[in-house]
Amino acid sequence: MSTRKHEFISGARDSFPLLLGAFPFGLIYGALATTSGLSPAAGMIMALLVFAGSAQFIAVGLVAAQVPVTIIILTTFIVNLRHMLYSATLLPHLKNLPQKWRIPLAFWLTDETFAVTVRRFQREDRSRFKHWYQLGSSIAMYVNWQFWCGLGLVLGDRIPDAAGWGLDVAMPVTFIGMIIPFVKNIPMAICVLSAGTSSLLTLGLPYKLGIIVSAFAGIFSGLITASIVKNRKGGLA
Amino acid sequence: MSVNEWLLILGMAGVTFGSRYLLFGLAGRIRMPVWMASSLQYVPPAVLTAITLPAVLLPQGKWHISPTNPYLIAALAAVGIGAVTKNLLATIAVGLIAFFGWRFVLVSVL
Repeated sequence: MSTRKHEFISGARDSFPLLLGAFPFGLIYGALATTSGLSPAAGMIMALLVFAGSAQFIAVGLVAAQVPVTIIILTTFIVNLRHMLYSATLLPHLKNLPQKWRIPLAFWLTDETFAVTVRRFQREDRSRFKHWYQLGSSIAMYVNWQFWCGLGLVLGDRIPDAAGWGLDVAMPVTFIGMIIPFVKNIPMAICVLSAGTSSLLTLGLPYKLGIIVSAFAGIFSGLITASIVKNRKGGLA
Repeated sequence: MSVNEWLLILGMAGVTFGSRYLLFGLAGRIRMPVWMASSLQYVPPAVLTAITLPAVLLPQGKWHISPTNPYLIAALAAVGIGAVTKNLLATIAVGLIAFFGWRFVLVSVL
């Protein structure tokens, strides 16, 4: 088996748990979209072209509340700003690829694919085809997402009280599974604690701005802790 | 589909792709300082935590810190299993089972 194919399949396979986490999420998105006032076609095209679970969710909620289009787009922008931080992290690994790679990998860059792929890039081996791993994860996530969103749209209001089922628990549970592997030293633990505390203190901010503020709170406290830990070790030596 | 729906979707698609692609597009033309590169490792856990914690403690947009909050029970189960096994599939599966199991218990008891 060629290395490209091997990387591609590994990426898809390592994303399997996240496919499981995305299925209830996609299903309720579809159901909520039909009751929000969007046409089923619009619900499907949104999933195909935007491909961002939390933003799609928030958007159909705002559509149902008859919020103006410009405000929904602004909210989407803010909620998805975190993807810029993800692309900044992957940049050193992808900067030598041609645009025909960078454009699709950017389009498909989700929380899930990022969490799986960044660990592949950080593993130090000489594979020259790690971007095929990201492609495998991306395509698995995309196809899976479209399937479940589509099914949710078709079933639509035939799923009684879809929002009340609690399927949305899939998101926090999936994210917890993605956070844990990162927390392997003290600065990371402090980063997570600070970001969490900040997210609770900034709940009053509009347009989900608290997410971005908390990201910076986590980053700064992690960096500060890392430099303290480093200085202390230096002092002992 | 209405014009408004197209505007909404194309606008959302534009800002989403824009934030995912901007830095990839500029790659090679900008140089990242060392401090910035080392700060990036904190981005994913910080962002994911900031989305997750409110979803668990305020599941319907209201504070709910009590054993009768199945989201909280599911999250605690997921953290416990995740910390011990470091296995993503086990973490998600146990979290979902804990949620629906605990909710079933609550409905039966209360």
